Amino acid sequence: MKNTLFRAVCCALSGLLLSGSLLASLEKPENQSEPISNSTADHSKFEELQKEFGKGPEVTKACLGCHTEASKQLHQTKHWNWKFTNPETGQTLGKSTIVNNFCLSVSTNLPRCTSCHIGYGWKDDTFDFTSEVNVDCLVCHDTTGTYKKYPAGAGHPAYVDKPFPPKGGKKIFKAVDLQAVAQSVGKTSRETCGACHFYGGGGDGVKHGDMDSSMTNPDKQLDVHMGTDGLDFVCADCHTTDGHETQGSRYNITAKDTHRIDIIGRDDKSRASCESCHGMTPHEETINDKLNDHTDRVACQTCHIPKFARGGKPSKTWWDWSTAGRKTADGKHIMEKDENGYVTYVTKKGNFEWGENLVPEYAWLSGNIRYRELEEKVDPESITALNTFDGSYADKDSRIWPFKVMRGKQPYDKVNNTLAIAHLFGKDKDAYWKSYSWDKALAAAMKNVGANFSGEYGFLETTMHWPLAHMIAPKEEALQCSDCHAKDGRLASLTDFYLPGRDSNKWVDTIGWLAVVGTIGGVFTHGFGRLVANRRRKRQ
Amino acid sequence: MSSVKFYTRFERFWHWTQAFLIISMLITGFEIHGTFALFGYEQAVDLHIIFAWSLIVLWIFAIFWHLTTGEWRQYCASCSSDILAMVKYYSFDIFLGGGHPHHKTRAEKLNPLQRMAYLALHLFIAPLLWISGWLYLFYSYWDVVGISGLSLGSVAMVHTAAAFLILTFLVAHLYLALTMSEKMADLKAMLTGYQEIDTDN
Ligand code: HEM
Repeated sequence: MKNTLFRAVCCALSGLLLSGSLLASLEKPENQSEPISNSTADHSKFEELQKEFGKGPEVTKACLGCHTEASKQLHQTKHWNWKFTNPETGQTLGKSTIVNNFCLSVSTNLPRCTSCHIGYGWKDDTFDFTSEVNVDCLVCHDTTGTYKKYPAGAGHPAYVDKPFPPKGGKKIFKAVDLQAVAQSVGKTSRETCGACHFYGGGGDGVKHGDMDSSMTNPDKQLDVHMGTDGLDFVCADCHTTDGHETQGSRYNITAKDTHRIDIIGRDDKSRASCESCHGMTPHEETINDKLNDHTDRVACQTCHIPKFARGGKPSKTWWDWSTAGRKTADGKHIMEKDENGYVTYVTKKGNFEWGENLVPEYAWLSGNIRYRELEEKVDPESITALNTFDGSYADKDSRIWPFKVMRGKQPYDKVNNTLAIAHLFGKDKDAYWKSYSWDKALAAAMKNVGANFSGEYGFLETTMHWPLAHMIAPKEEALQCSDCHAKDGRLASLTDFYLPGRDSNKWVDTIGWLAVVGTIGGVFTHGFGRLVANRRRKRQ
Repeated sequence: MSSVKFYTRFERFWHWTQAFLIISMLITGFEIHGTFALFGYEQAVDLHIIFAWSLIVLWIFAIFWHLTTGEWRQYCASCSSDILAMVKYYSFDIFLGGGHPHHKTRAEKLNPLQRMAYLALHLFIAPLLWISGWLYLFYSYWDVVGISGLSLGSVAMVHTAAAFLILTFLVAHLYLALTMSEKMADLKAMLTGYQEIDTDN
């Protein structure tokens, strides 16, 4: 504070305006040729890997020969269990239980959904979570880019050339060369993490909006940290791992990381927050120094992610399941596209809306994100929030965060007033994508998780908030003061505090302007009166 | 009529610098308030802060000057009948051609109405702006200093209200300063320091 004061006084006295200042450049030195790998182990020289592998688990077995503890470590992780117990609420969360407004729920759709599981064979509830060989090492550690899980393979890649969809699909998944992949394993990369995380919600960019395939090889314009022409970060540079546990989870988000810049010996082993490296006063000090001031109440992401879905891939913003199932007169599936070529209707899934270069929505967040559980009552008349979280202006631990808000219509139980999940994928007659009967699909899925289902269903509107943290724009593109400090700026919907430039007291303004205008009117009348009186006196 | 040295060099410097600063603060302040866009929000804030500190430094000098020269006595309130005489003059006599009830002298530069207005400006409006402005400026440090139970909204409200007061003051001041004396003699006096005054009585 002293420092600010001193600077301000100096400025005032000298009457000098601070001119633009140089910011320390964080760029990596150029022309630094990188070795393909600087590992001390060349896996292609290991005898254990110089053989034919029939299936994935055989490779894992070979890995475990040296990396004896690897599977045990992975068994502890969310990546394996798809479960997370929120330490604050005690809620059991994670991919396996949560209801969302994309494909609704994982249960009963396993073999399809688990093509993004780090294991082999999770096709139904009999999956053995204690099996060490069922951990899939390759999906994260492949460096060849040839290892791809088959979409409906319950986590297995294609061992023989296979089309997807299985019958008559146009996309061919080539048989994987397990030996070659195993011999060239290495660190995780944007590509390996992205193979699942960029495709959440069933396709490229569908779910998050700040993560899609454009982030596999982004330029720094798209993401200042990950840009291959800049710092070239990979996911794990921030989402650090310790014993295979990855830091930075949406389930217990750190809305404000006041733990100093992380340094070995005193850090919290997580670099998955901007503040871990940049601290709480990352900006060059200025006359107003508001940027450094604002870090207590405004998340870094709020200004530094001016827009999302910026990489040329659209993100889904609306998904209406209620219109699914429509077919042509002769029973054929329908697909509709809009003028951008975005798919706006498919028989299997209903109506969609998409967007690119989207402006985030903003909300106070202090963490403690709660997810709606299946048993919770809904009010079909109002919009149901699938996740809610703490935070308000009064809550000093919260900051204003940017979100992608996913909206849509999804099934619910009309009698019990609860959400309903659907059995979508499967070869059986109950699967919606076979029978196109919601009655069957809902009943089957609800029965599977042991939830009450009355048999009567409708569709209600839901929202889901996805905090944004990626696609950090270059600083020149960060938001300006006036993006929020304006009458209808970006924070127009956050009304629980006084925002200079946006707010005013209407009484003060009304009386104030009346006083000013009244005085102007008064002096003009007075002056005019004097003129007239003067003239009259002169004439007399 | 004769020309008398009325305003010292410091007084004139103070007056014009303050005029510049107050007008600039009105412009930048109301831009921050969202009334119009001129410099851009951030520039307006920066300028407002620079001008605010400049104004405060100027005020400190002015207070010192007033105290050491004894000129503060110029603002001592007059009795109410004198003020009423001024009000009567501006409301009636001025139109009827009556004489001004106050005669400017070096010892009594200000007429009773001016005394009252400037006293209000110095003792009420300025501190209001100053204190609310400081609270506004150091909003982020309220918890460090231990200020609680105050909201930014109410501070901003007071600050804006004081800004309206000073704008209203400015309008009236300009009118009186520019039209009350023959050939803008008052304006000239504030520029040159020499005031034409009636020495007949
Ligand atoms: C002639 C004197 C002044 C005038 C006419 C004036 C006017 C204004 C107005 C109209 C606002 C906008 C308020 C709002 O909408 O919330 C404002 C904001 C502000 N004023 Fe003043 N002000 C004056 C002097 C000062 C002084 C002396 C200080 C500091 C000691 C100050 C500090 C501030 C600050 C910090 C803001 C808020 C800027 C921000 O958004 O950060 N002002 N002023």
